[in-house]
Amino acid sequence: MIPLSHYLIASGLLFAIGLAGVLLRRNIIVIFMCLELMLNAANLTLVAFSRFNLSPEGLPNFNGQVFVFFIITVAAAEVAVGLAIIVALYRAKQTTHVEDLDSLRG
Amino acid sequence: MQLILFWFFAVLMLLFGVGVVLFRNPVSSAMSLVGTFISLAVLFFLLEAFFIGIIQILVYAGAVMVLFLFIIMLLDLKAEQQRRVKFPAFVGGGLVLAGFVCLLVEVVNSQPPFQLAPGPISPNMGSDVAQVGWMLFTHYNLAFQVIGLLLLVATIGVIILSKRELK
Repeated sequence: MIPLSHYLIASGLLFAIGLAGVLLRRNIIVIFMCLELMLNAANLTLVAFSRFNLSPEGLPNFNGQVFVFFIITVAAAEVAVGLAIIVALYRAKQTTHVEDLDSLRG
Repeated sequence: MQLILFWFFAVLMLLFGVGVVLFRNPVSSAMSLVGTFISLAVLFFLLEAFFIGIIQILVYAGAVMVLFLFIIMLLDLKAEQQRRVKFPAFVGGGLVLAGFVCLLVEVVNSQPPFQLAPGPISPNMGSDVAQVGWMLFTHYNLAFQVIGLLLLVATIGVIILSKRELK
């Protein structure tokens, strides 16, 4: 049986990679993909805790898995809306480079 | 055996994740994101969450990535130019990284209120699809309805956003 900490370390590293991507990349679509990486890291933590928090009857805690189900649904909706916004932005500005999108900067 | 599988797929997942960040071409980034999602689904299978693993492959590696690739091809994105890292960004990134490492060490060394390596799942659990479905339609019924409404709102929102003229 793999200890819980291994899953937590893998998930933490995946989250860190996603965060680094959001900070480093300048293409808005790649930033969006890195956001998905961070969401997935959170999902891995939830499923790992669900598996390791066994009830006295020996069942996993399914609350965690239901949460992951909801997160995946919300992420799918988020990707659809986000990409539609990016397409609308590209039509207006002809760029997906975040440093060119500074009209809200004071 | 499980441990070997775990480390193989965890390292694969992290390598693909690094690929997402490092590839200059957005299409390569998207393809390595597919690799990350599939390796993550294998980790879910190792945790005996088969339903979540299947959903992960169907929704993420299937639907979401097709959407990403479609938009990348539609916008015809070019590879990003190499750029110099600015000093404030470097310091900020270093601070975030240091804080994150401290947090990770703290969490891994702490004692959670349950066993770190529990025994196997009881054999009379039945299928996890049935268990998750039961939870969804009893304890989380309201949230389930709300998520359906959210999908409807997202669909309408995408249609309105994709119209030529925003009034």
